[in-house]
Amino acid sequence: MSFWSRALRHPSFVVGGSLSLLLAAAALLSLVWQPHPPAEIDMALKLQPPSAARWLGSDAFGRDVASQLLVGAQASILVGVIAVGIGLVAGVALGCLAAARGGWVDELIMRASDFTFAFPALLTAIMLTAIYGPGLVTSIVAIGIFNVPVFARITRSTAQAVWAREFVLAARAAGKSGWRITWDHVLPNIASQLIVQASISFATAILAEAALSYLGLGTQPPQPSWGRMLSEAQTLLFQAPLLALWPGVAIVLSVLGLNLMGDGLRDLMDPKLARKR
Amino acid sequence: MGLFLLKRFATFVATLAVASVLVFAVLELLPGNAAEVILGDTATPEAVAALQAKLGLDRPPLQRYLDWVGGWLQGRSADSISYGSPTAELIAERLRVTLPLAVMAMALTVVLAIGLGLYAASHHNRAGDIGVMAASQLGVAVPNFWFAMLLILVFAVKLQWVSAGGFPGWTEDEGGSPAEALAALLLPALSLALVQAAILARVTRSAVLEVMREDYVRTARAKGLSRRQALWRHVLRNAMIPVLTISGLQFANLVTGTIVVENVFVLPGIGRLVFQAISNRDLVVVRDVVMLLAAVVVLVNFVVDVLYAIVDPRLRRADA
Repeated sequence: MSFWSRALRHPSFVVGGSLSLLLAAAALLSLVWQPHPPAEIDMALKLQPPSAARWLGSDAFGRDVASQLLVGAQASILVGVIAVGIGLVAGVALGCLAAARGGWVDELIMRASDFTFAFPALLTAIMLTAIYGPGLVTSIVAIGIFNVPVFARITRSTAQAVWAREFVLAARAAGKSGWRITWDHVLPNIASQLIVQASISFATAILAEAALSYLGLGTQPPQPSWGRMLSEAQTLLFQAPLLALWPGVAIVLSVLGLNLMGDGLRDLMDPKLARKR
Repeated sequence: MGLFLLKRFATFVATLAVASVLVFAVLELLPGNAAEVILGDTATPEAVAALQAKLGLDRPPLQRYLDWVGGWLQGRSADSISYGSPTAELIAERLRVTLPLAVMAMALTVVLAIGLGLYAASHHNRAGDIGVMAASQLGVAVPNFWFAMLLILVFAVKLQWVSAGGFPGWTEDEGGSPAEALAALLLPALSLALVQAAILARVTRSAVLEVMREDYVRTARAKGLSRRQALWRHVLRNAMIPVLTISGLQFANLVTGTIVVENVFVLPGIGRLVFQAISNRDLVVVRDVVMLLAAVVVLVNFVVDVLYAIVDPRLRRADA
């Protein structure tokens, strides 16, 4: 059976994939169209309940909640793509180097990545904000740095398994260099695990971005973000509880979608593992 | 065992040392002139020079670093820029909220996770198992600060059982009591525990399922132990190894999670302290709090490794 015909029958992949597509579609759509300008303040229309004109109502400044939610998807995707990209590029390079060289290089890279775990994204973000002030870049860098050891570890352990295989031995006997073997044999064989990890790390990045912008360390006004919408909604919990609902639901659906898609991909790419579970 | 402990302890100390160099480098060397960062763009050169002298920034970096680390090792700390009192006092005061919160959250996590994980494993592939797994998939996706807001919405706004935030204090002098203080920490601890318990329940379930397939469990059953007896006497102890590792890593997450949740519930803990320090540009407090939190993460990992070796003697030989 082809990959896609199996994929379309895998429940977590279908649900997760659809939710992830929805997130991407919302962000793309918001680039060309919004129901209302998201930053437009209209005090006459403040705290409106959901209606035909304002699908999800309006906030304390009369801004349209649905439009802010759509545009907020951009910040989540931007942070996710760049932070996972940083982790993927640096982490895979370091992991491949550790697996190919072994010895002290391996030891050094692994100790350094253990060490980086002592600094969760939030701590890095706090340090960077104390010096450079809050902003989108700060949160991307903080989450990106945290992703490097995550990818370095998974790359190293999966690449080591490939290095022990017979076809790598044959390639070495044929005189291929370490770099060629990494490029021709190791990377294609570990790509599926990296894709799975990327999808799960993307979900973690969305959660981290939301927390940082909730705390005021991430995306700054007027750029809408789900985390900041929630921090603004918190002051109005008694008057307008619905405002605190929508951004949270958007975060949960996005994260759930990416996690389910990652789980689904893992099963689809490694059928042995799927049967064991 | 002795050699293993010694090696692990050496790594622990080395990691702390590297972490302190990094924190120092980022917060004191990277900005170039910390006094300018603290005073902002509008400060006069005289004011910057005065603050530099007051903070001792005119001395060589190595000496400043050694003063900082040496001071902490002897139990002395620098004075906060905005509060004027030693950071150790400020931190100790705030830990009276953060530490009980983290411990409560961890206890809730472990109880919830082991209960749910065992339940799911013993109902493997039946409705109960699938329900627990679906709930945990959802739990992992919920941001802790949003769950905290939902708890406030239900218990403070709708039911009005508790206040929406704040902390009464532990003693009567502060205007509170131990019971009131614990009650104020309950919702924050619950919101921290949800996500962690969702992850840990999955780990518990798969660890228990894994161990149940082992030969020694079959032997135990064959010699006449009931399912329940085998579960309690043999499976649980062996399944605890991965559960212990993950919960150690989670404690580190909990500590940083408290920073977020303290801000939701307006609790006067470490998280609030570091946020006020950022807005006051109090780099001394930021430096000491970040170092403390990083040290807690490293310490917990060290303790987990040691516990690990105690629970499973096989691991001592493998790596020592």
